[in-house]
Amino acid sequence: MVKARAIVITGNGTNCEMEAAHACRLGGFDEVVIAHISDLLAGEIRLDDFQFLNLTGGFLDGDDLGSAKAQANRFRYAKVDELREHLIDQLMQFISAGKLILGVCNGFQLMVKMGLLPAFGGSYLTQSATLTFNDCGRFQDRWVYLKTDSASACVYTKGVEKGLYLPIRHGEGKFVVDSQTTLDAIEVNHLAAFKYSDSTYGAPTMEFPLNPNGSVNAIAGLCNETGRLMGMMPHPEAFVHRINHPRWTREELPEEGDGLILFKNASEFVRKNLL
Amino acid sequence: MARRIEIALKRGVRDARGERIKREIEHFLHLAVEEVRTIDVYTVDGELSENELVKAASEPFCDPVIQDWSIDRPVADGFDFLVEVGFRPGVTDNVGRTAREAIEYITGRPFAAGEGVYTSVQYLLKGELSRADVERIAKDLLCNTLIQRFAILDHAEFLAQGGVPVSAPKVTAETRSQVREIILNVSDDELMRISREGVLALTLDEMKIIQAHYRDPAVVAERRKVGLSDKPTDAELEALAQTWSEHCKHKIFSGNVEYFDENGNREEIRSLFKSYIQRTTATVRQQLGDSDYCLSVFKDNAGVIRFNDDWSLVFKVETHNSPSALDPYGGALTGIVGVNRDPFGTGMGARLIFNTDVFCFASPFYEKPLPSRLLHPRRIYEGVVEGVEHGGNKSGIPTVNGSLVFDDRFAGKPLVFCGTAGLMPATINGKPAHEKHINPGDLIVMTGGRIGKDGIHGATFSSEELTENSPVTAVQIGDPITQKRMTDFLIRARDKGLYNFITDNGAGGLSSSVGEMAKECGGCRMDLSKAPLKYPGLDPWEILISEAQERMSLAVPPAHIDEFLAMAKRFGVEATVLGEFTDTGIFQVMYGERTIAYLPISFLHEGLPPMEMRGVWEIKRHEEPTIEVLADQTGDLKRLLGSLNICSKEAVVRRYDHEVQGGSVVKPFTGVANDGPSDAAVVRPVLDSFEGVVVAHGICPRYSDIDTYHMTANAIDEGVRNYVAVGGSLDLVSGLDNFCWCDPVKSEKTPDGEYKMAQLVRSNKALYDYCVAYGIPLISGKDSMKNDFYDGAVKISIPPTLLFSVIGKIDDVRKAVTMDVKRPGDIVYLLGTTANELGGSEYFALRGFVGNQVPKVDAARALKRYRLLHRAMAAGLVASCHDLSDGGLAVALAEKAFAGGFGISAELGSVPWSGDVAGRNDTVLLFSESASRHLVTVRPEHRAAFEQLLGCDAARIGVVTEEDVLSIAGLSGAAVIRERIDELKQAWQSPLGEL
Repeated sequence: MVKARAIVITGNGTNCEMEAAHACRLGGFDEVVIAHISDLLAGEIRLDDFQFLNLTGGFLDGDDLGSAKAQANRFRYAKVDELREHLIDQLMQFISAGKLILGVCNGFQLMVKMGLLPAFGGSYLTQSATLTFNDCGRFQDRWVYLKTDSASACVYTKGVEKGLYLPIRHGEGKFVVDSQTTLDAIEVNHLAAFKYSDSTYGAPTMEFPLNPNGSVNAIAGLCNETGRLMGMMPHPEAFVHRINHPRWTREELPEEGDGLILFKNASEFVRKNLL
Repeated sequence: MARRIEIALKRGVRDARGERIKREIEHFLHLAVEEVRTIDVYTVDGELSENELVKAASEPFCDPVIQDWSIDRPVADGFDFLVEVGFRPGVTDNVGRTAREAIEYITGRPFAAGEGVYTSVQYLLKGELSRADVERIAKDLLCNTLIQRFAILDHAEFLAQGGVPVSAPKVTAETRSQVREIILNVSDDELMRISREGVLALTLDEMKIIQAHYRDPAVVAERRKVGLSDKPTDAELEALAQTWSEHCKHKIFSGNVEYFDENGNREEIRSLFKSYIQRTTATVRQQLGDSDYCLSVFKDNAGVIRFNDDWSLVFKVETHNSPSALDPYGGALTGIVGVNRDPFGTGMGARLIFNTDVFCFASPFYEKPLPSRLLHPRRIYEGVVEGVEHGGNKSGIPTVNGSLVFDDRFAGKPLVFCGTAGLMPATINGKPAHEKHINPGDLIVMTGGRIGKDGIHGATFSSEELTENSPVTAVQIGDPITQKRMTDFLIRARDKGLYNFITDNGAGGLSSSVGEMAKECGGCRMDLSKAPLKYPGLDPWEILISEAQERMSLAVPPAHIDEFLAMAKRFGVEATVLGEFTDTGIFQVMYGERTIAYLPISFLHEGLPPMEMRGVWEIKRHEEPTIEVLADQTGDLKRLLGSLNICSKEAVVRRYDHEVQGGSVVKPFTGVANDGPSDAAVVRPVLDSFEGVVVAHGICPRYSDIDTYHMTANAIDEGVRNYVAVGGSLDLVSGLDNFCWCDPVKSEKTPDGEYKMAQLVRSNKALYDYCVAYGIPLISGKDSMKNDFYDGAVKISIPPTLLFSVIGKIDDVRKAVTMDVKRPGDIVYLLGTTANELGGSEYFALRGFVGNQVPKVDAARALKRYRLLHRAMAAGLVASCHDLSDGGLAVALAEKAFAGGFGISAELGSVPWSGDVAGRNDTVLLFSESASRHLVTVRPEHRAAFEQLLGCDAARIGVVTEEDVLSIAGLSGAAVIRERIDELKQAWQSPLGEL
């Protein structure tokens, strides 16, 4: 039997690899590999062998040139040993094979800065949006309400009725775009799969701390037009069991945490379309 | 020729960093500024083509959506003054290092030796400012002149000279290999001058012991054979000074003390450490018998206890006070990434699972004059908080528990406690992972960062009080990413069994780490000319003792060295073989072919006789205030909620990632709006199991003003009761002691040393008495004994402070309990008795008094109750639980109520009292800080079961109400406190909400 396989890339400051891998397993992937970037650059592990790529949270290169900038540069220029192949080529093949990429927090910053999102019409590697310093000027760890867009093609949010409650943990999470045209295209195409909202998931909000960073149009997560590439500042892997919830000792909650649905949807998509 | 790349935000893009600086200038320096904007500058000193330079500027350095770039063309505009701040030569520049790597990816070739990238930041100030104002802004806010330098230009100057001139802060020194010999056949005065001027921190007695060693004919004969004379080399003297420093050797704790109690009874104590700390653990382990869970105590970088059959738990708490006083950001950052290496370097190495932080500062609103060398407490607060934020967050380790403690005496030295826990497999490749051994012939390998002049004399400097002339090189700046890369690599090397021994390179650098390792197998031969340097110009002795960060020392068997080095290369981690371990009995250091240090291991480690000290205890009477009993005490409650030690620290805590790694169960904040203060943290380190780790702490320096014995007892009890409050098990629990004292050795500078030593003795006595009574083994700890400031005129000594950390297990995290009330109708119980114990309380502090009736701990009764409470929690009978500490019952009731979003109605008449009835009144019942008490709420349906279990130990004092008001009836039956919970919460949240 062919297996549903997920890969989580780590190294140079990625931090959330263990819980991301755990969430993939709970979500139904048969095999999950945590691969150090040096394993990829040595050619020992290849992206081709997987259907779901996790670019997860952390502080790649310490956010030193701006979050994820150095890793975007590494992806762009680093060669895989011996093969004289750029890592970026493996990644583009992965995308054109219709496979899934989920970027969370630092991974979202990476996808946006590499130009993988929003990448209208498949124009990958051209940056048209970014994530920058929170309006409050500080790193924040707090939980947020995320309203989903039911009209979005996003693979990961399928079946989510109103929204999800998840933590954000970042200093550079304010989503901004290069032009009104980009923003309009995001909205028209329903790419903003998650927006910061009030606690009823009623309306998007610009109000701190519900919107913790001042993101334009309250955008917290973004997919591309295919719905297969997705980036988001909140951490779905951080809420896979009720005891992750900040109020689990006082509320009646289901065993499964809100974030798990994204990984379940991913594995289901892989089984239906990629195996 | 170096080139300047400038990166500026596009017009219209918000400059969050500039806005923050503007706020700080206004708030902190009381200067009005119209606007502050910032520009990032990269000075690239390397051979790059124009095309490569453009690629670097436009791709990794610039975010095209919000930024513009320029090369050798200054872009600053529309300002009155410009301040550019960059690092001094040789100071760690993390961003510069990443920028250099980014360029190497683009060009595909490495930078040559001496080339590099250096970063600086331009601040563009607009407003009615004089040059003197701008100098003040530069010196007091933007730039720490210890590690940074700045240039100021007004707009006209900027135009006239075409911007800021390009300059690369390159260390330009030649490689030397100078080894000096020091003549010790001199007078006592001269010996002391050598110690003082060399920042050796050696006493006259110690200098004379060294002098005697070099007069020993047998020693001299051995030295001649390796080409050394009868005079010590600088490297030898430095190695001895590091190894014998208070910081490394804990001379005060291992010395002999002649102690007199208040009645003049004399007692001889041979080593406080052995007599109290080690004996505590030995006694408790004996009591535990077959169920002893201690695996490795006091012998490694951190303590190790059993977690379950598969995993062992590692914990260490350190302090980094002196560096944080000089450079709050760098000092605190180094503190946290430094303590990370302790569990990482314990046994065969542990994966790091959480951090804890406790900071003691003077008030950030301090307004009295300060000695010139001391930074303002607000600056220390900002810097330390940010340093630990970056160190913890960037390392991917959640910060789960901590405190901020305020007392104006911490202006003399702030205390920065950083703790880290780790988890290691119980066995690795079939061997217990908490053990390690070196074989002669194993290779000495250093991994991680390179060696520079940073952190030279850190160990000896922190063994002295802070003065006007404290050395600048003692400060280091940590780099979490270099360390993260190294630990990612070493964990893999560990699991492949590629090394035999690992330890941290901390205080004292290689001289301490390799020196300690050499003790394990009986000798070493290490060649410093092989050590990788950040820049040329270091003398061998500097290489030997540099405390440059992010380094581990390992013993790698020759059979595995090729695989080890190849793997390091792949992970981008530098690893260097420096020599080999031997069994010659000699710590031998070479520089190339030449021996530069040749010290018998026995002399290095055992050559120092114990120090002789005296402690004389006296009971100091403080003025005893008359206790006012107001009819309405609501005002005092609100003032207490708004006092620095009690108020919410949420603005700081939210800056620390407490959830990374996915195991967070009880978070720092809890309750209906996620903003009630948790008593302790619960973490699930293995994600497919429900077994959890509980961590808590106690700290109460204020009680030291009355008696350090009871300060210590209360700190221990506070740690334990916090631990119990969330569900921690008393069957698997351990403690760590961190003593931060003012110098307790009588001298000219410290005439009251005998009293301070007596305070230390009494604290140790309590540590033994209470840990044994509670059955808590101490597994590790640390002392920092010179927390004073003295500039010849002003002396500021911190209050003697013990941080008592508690770590243990909860069998099932789903049984954990939080502090917030859960629903109306639940019954409120008070566990434990209240006495007239306002001495050292926050309530007295509010009125400017200390008093004398310090809370006393009855450990036997408390332990019995804690065990019953734990059983009630395991049975699911407890809806919420909160410990009572600063501010007493009234504060705990208020916190519980507003955290849960419901009111509480309670009666003081039902509070169990102990002691003289004459002292019983509303004020004491509300605010006394009697120890060992918990407030618990229980659902009505569990009332019978709960009361049956707890018996008379639980007093029903009230009920949770739908009405959102805290209402407390006094002894007369009339309300003494009545206030809406949102008002109380507001009082509690406002003081530090904006910082």
